[in-house]
Amino acid sequence: MLAFNFFGATEGGLFDINATLPLMAIQVVALTYILNSLFFKPVGNVVEKREKFVSNNIFEAKNKLSEVKKLEADLLTQLQSARTEAQRIVSEAEDESDKLYKEALELANNEANASKEKARLEIESQTSAARDQLSKQADDLSELIVNRLILEK
Amino acid sequence: MFLNSLLTNFAALEVGQHLYWQIGNIRLHGQVFLTSWILLGALLVFISLGTKKMENDPKGLQNLLEFLWDYIRDLARTQIGEKVYRDWMPFIGTLFLFVFVSNWGGALIPWRLIKLPSGELGAPTADINTTIALALLVSLSYFYAGLSNKGWRYFEYYVHPTPIMLPFKILEDFTKPLSLSFRLFGNILADELVVGVLVFLVPLILPIPVMFLGLFTSAIQALIFATLAAYYIGEAVEEHH
Repeated sequence: MLAFNFFGATEGGLFDINATLPLMAIQVVALTYILNSLFFKPVGNVVEKREKFVSNNIFEAKNKLSEVKKLEADLLTQLQSARTEAQRIVSEAEDESDKLYKEALELANNEANASKEKARLEIESQTSAARDQLSKQADDLSELIVNRLILEK
Repeated sequence: MFLNSLLTNFAALEVGQHLYWQIGNIRLHGQVFLTSWILLGALLVFISLGTKKMENDPKGLQNLLEFLWDYIRDLARTQIGEKVYRDWMPFIGTLFLFVFVSNWGGALIPWRLIKLPSGELGAPTADINTTIALALLVSLSYFYAGLSNKGWRYFEYYVHPTPIMLPFKILEDFTKPLSLSFRLFGNILADELVVGVLVFLVPLILPIPVMFLGLFTSAIQALIFATLAAYYIGEAVEEHH
């Protein structure tokens, strides 16, 4: 028999254990199955689906972020190389223009020197010619003076 | 004179009186089933309403139910372990919900207004039959969990870490359901009695803090019961090397 008593109580009492016990156990087991199909499974499905969705999205976002970082680094190296290339070209051009400037300067200098030399030579020849003429005139003049003095005597 | 009136007042609380239902030659405590059916019915209606239209962006009741689900999952997962907690989560959750709904329903609803021919309505968990039923289910569950997960190696647990532990571990198998059932029964019954006596002696204001304390105890008892059940199952399925 399922009914038995604690503390000698024949009817009622706090510790009156009877068929309520197994029936309550069966009721709780049934409730477990009912709650499993009504509550734990559907809510679990929704929550776990969402958790999966979120973690997938985070994973994807992380992948994309790493890709972006890689591209950024790539771009940075490209930019760096372009910058050095530009610098090289600029310095090359500077060198070339420098060279051209020097060449032109030298050429102009040479030309100027040459014309200066020519002018100097011309001046010199003219000076000597003028001196020759002057000395000849002086000779003439002295001869004239001498002749005059002799005549007056 | 005063003592006498106090005793009659106690008698008016009807401790240990039951509404008997006789089916064949088995007898049942009718008031326990009545309150449990009302409370479980309310719980099932609440859950059906909350899970009627499940959406990916939870709203209203679904939010609350998802919070509850998450709470129970955390409880089961921390006590039982990552490997098998899924199998036992519905059972642990049912224990928690059943005890919680019973305790709070017993404390919050003014059952006293409904007159029964004998006994009175109250928390189903204030009846020793209910709590022993729950505790025995827990015992069966952890035996089943251990045996189904580890086979005969489950009994290594009894001689772990040394064979000296054997008598104590055997004793534990008896003390576990005993402590589970009497803790719950004692707490809820004591709470009902304290509130009942206070309401009888000082009907105004004074019982209210005690009622709040009762609500607190009720929630804590539900948590303790579910946590211990999960812990026992976790202990049975745990692999020790």
